[in-house]
Amino acid sequence: MGLGRSRAVGFIAPALLLIGVFLVFPGVWTLYIGATNFRLTGVAARTPDFVGLDNYRAALGDETFYHSLWLTLLFVFGSAVIGQNGLGFTLAWALRDTRKWLKRTLETLVLLAWILPSSVVAFLWVAMLDRDGGTINEMLGNTPGVAWIVEYPLLSIIIFNIWRGTAFSMMLYSAALSSVPPSHLETARLAGATGTQTLRDVVLPHIRRYALTNTLLITLWTFNDFTPFLITATDYDAQIIATYIYERAIVAGEMGYSGAISLLVLLINLLLALFYLRVGRRGSR
Amino acid sequence: MGLAKAVVRRILFYVVIGFGTAFFALPVLWLLSAPFDDTPTYAVRPPREFTFGNFAEIFENRYAFGSLLNSVILSIGTMVVVVTAAALAAYALSRARVPGRDTLIYMLLLLSSVVTGTAAMVPIFLLIFQMGLIDSHFGVVLVLSGGLLPAAIFLLKDFIDTIPRSYEESARVFGASPLQILRHIVVPVARPGLATIAVWTIVQVWGSFLTPFILLRDPDKQPAAVLVRTFYTEGGSPNLALISTFSLLYSIPVVLMYLFAWSRYGFRFHGGIKS
Amino acid sequence: MAAIEIAQLTKVFPGDVRALDALDLTVVDGEFFALLGPSGCGKTTLLRTIAGLESPTEGTVHIGDRNVTPLPPGARDVAMVFQDYALFPHMTVEDNIGYPLKIRRQPRATRSAQARDVGSQLGLDGLMARRPAELSGGQQQRVALARAVACRPSVFLFDEPLSNLDARLRLEARTFLKRLQRELGVTTVFVTHDQAEALALADRIAVMEAGRIRQVGTPREVFGRPANTFVANFIGSTPMNLLPGVAVEGGVEVGGFTIELAAPPTVGEKLTVGVRPEYLSVGESGPIEGVVSIVEHLGTSSLVTVEVGELLVGAVVPEEDEPAPGTTVWLTPARGRVLLYREGELVR
Repeated sequence: MGLGRSRAVGFIAPALLLIGVFLVFPGVWTLYIGATNFRLTGVAARTPDFVGLDNYRAALGDETFYHSLWLTLLFVFGSAVIGQNGLGFTLAWALRDTRKWLKRTLETLVLLAWILPSSVVAFLWVAMLDRDGGTINEMLGNTPGVAWIVEYPLLSIIIFNIWRGTAFSMMLYSAALSSVPPSHLETARLAGATGTQTLRDVVLPHIRRYALTNTLLITLWTFNDFTPFLITATDYDAQIIATYIYERAIVAGEMGYSGAISLLVLLINLLLALFYLRVGRRGSR
Repeated sequence: MGLAKAVVRRILFYVVIGFGTAFFALPVLWLLSAPFDDTPTYAVRPPREFTFGNFAEIFENRYAFGSLLNSVILSIGTMVVVVTAAALAAYALSRARVPGRDTLIYMLLLLSSVVTGTAAMVPIFLLIFQMGLIDSHFGVVLVLSGGLLPAAIFLLKDFIDTIPRSYEESARVFGASPLQILRHIVVPVARPGLATIAVWTIVQVWGSFLTPFILLRDPDKQPAAVLVRTFYTEGGSPNLALISTFSLLYSIPVVLMYLFAWSRYGFRFHGGIKS
Repeated sequence: MAAIEIAQLTKVFPGDVRALDALDLTVVDGEFFALLGPSGCGKTTLLRTIAGLESPTEGTVHIGDRNVTPLPPGARDVAMVFQDYALFPHMTVEDNIGYPLKIRRQPRATRSAQARDVGSQLGLDGLMARRPAELSGGQQQRVALARAVACRPSVFLFDEPLSNLDARLRLEARTFLKRLQRELGVTTVFVTHDQAEALALADRIAVMEAGRIRQVGTPREVFGRPANTFVANFIGSTPMNLLPGVAVEGGVEVGGFTIELAAPPTVGEKLTVGVRPEYLSVGESGPIEGVVSIVEHLGTSSLVTVEVGELLVGAVVPEEDEPAPGTTVWLTPARGRVLLYREGELVR
């Protein structure tokens, strides 16, 4: 064989090294850190003690942890599973047969939301949602209006995340829809099926695999997303898991404890991934 | 189908399209109006007093251009590392018969979605700290590379799989060495895929907030993503003029890159589906 | 120019797939040799093993006097043309043709001159600056050939060289290929699944099945006296009639009718009788009687399927003599064209 085993290994080595050191190792190290009482400052910073499962026990009994988890679940479900998925698909479906210029324009706008750096997007939404001068309140006609970010922080970040992330789902579904063989659609049409029936019977089965992959990816990405921090900082009512870990680790300096939480988050993610894989395998004929 | 039904469909269509357009266009408009306004507000509206003065203010800001330069350094640096390592690895994984290869890639991909950012915040900070790379661009580049590589390899391997092996075998029979094959044949033919990965990496790093936020202390080293949050007036409220102007400047390069890549290579960043 | 010697060549793939099973083969210097067989028979594996793209599990390959078995592809002095031509899309025609010379470190000027030379020889003048995507299928094929010719190898290896061309072009390219090989005199091994192509082009053919060579011979030998029923079935645009029969006094009985044979076998033996439809004439008299069932129009001739008892026998007749379905006809085999097979093997 041309490449030769040793050369192939040599080619893969640099990437594997980087991934191993900066991705896998931290993931594994979380296991260890979570079992210590390591702190950023103080005695425990220099000589951390091994505390076994103490941190984990504390986390599992910690109300704020569950609160954060719950918020994260709402965030993921609302903005990704329903929001990005739903809006992405709706737009892809609506645009599938439209004139080229319309399709291009809308796609560009949606894509722009995805391309803009997250810091910028965060501030754009801070601007939109501002109580006194925000565009939303101006359109709704009341000044001073609702302080969206303060009073409905979770809703705010959900809308923000939908805005930011729909592009990926839309493009994926757009490609998936165009991969449905026209002959299948035409067969349905000749059989007299309505648009909804065609959607249900011909289109959805075909794109099921893509829908699953898409949902898995955006679920994982959203679950671990830190960007809402840029809008709500460490507001308790929007303290998704990413912000919670940040607060515990960097602000409060409790490295050990936040390490334990990080591992729990990792496990939850793996469970989610396995769940999706199981669902995917079950449905494939 | 009846006329009424067709009309309802049409209305529904226009509502969806209209809503979509408004929803996605509105927030961005702020970026196009506020920088040119002498006294911008949070709201999207045509500038009360049109001015370029905000741009002048940015010039005078001590950290502004430095941070943009830092963003460039981080983006280009990570891009070089990722493209090189991913190209080599993707080529080897595509051509060599490695058992369990697909599972490995899928696992790494999952891992990179899960471990970067939140869950690894703590260990990455400690790791970089122990390596003495805190507050260095190099450290940030390494961490970002590690996080982006699995996806890059996944996308690139997919792409290289579509290059017929007969090109390489033909060259082999003519006596070319593997390195020659890589240089003469594989890289030129894989150029669209490599370009896609390069642009994707740059865009990811350009907007990356968390890692530089955690690993860099010195404000002179911070990229634009982090700096944009620091524009406050003496009174403690956000300086909208500076924020909007800087955001605009900060966004333009990345939008241009996307347009360039789109027109040249017809981007497909949802790897696997041939559209 | 060199002969190829293959001895006890075996290739086993993971999963115990015996792609090549202890093959022995000699390709004479300068000959145009075909490896023919259905898909999966191992012909491409054999070609790739000669090229060095696959290493044999056992056995040796000699090219000329050299044992090339341990050598990498680049050191064997062979040139290979792949089914999809493998023209590098980012290089011009001239750079593609000159590529093997580039590997041999020839200076640019010589490379260019030689590439143009060979390109001219293959009718590619005026196309040298184009990219492969701008060429027609036939032109692409000639560029691939030019690239192989340019490195002046001892052996040409062609993997299904004509199958990517459409039918009309294929015939032209076939003649072109034969003439080119004759001019250059380079030992050529080519792989095909099209038996008509093999018969037309090759000096000798090896018919392969499931990793084994079933017969090696000239086109005439393989067509006229297939060594076993597999080859008999595979060769010929209309399939040979293979009918169950029993040896009787003075001949063999098929479907209730007796065919006389000059050297009849032992009486009572069960045999398979093989006779090509082209060698059966249809008329008013003859040893075999049957009823016409189906007539297929082939152009200047027709394939007539005749029901003889429970058997279906095919016969090719000129178009003017086409009988109507349902008529009773008599079939006469041509002298010396009746073959007998005992357990699948030809009876001499």
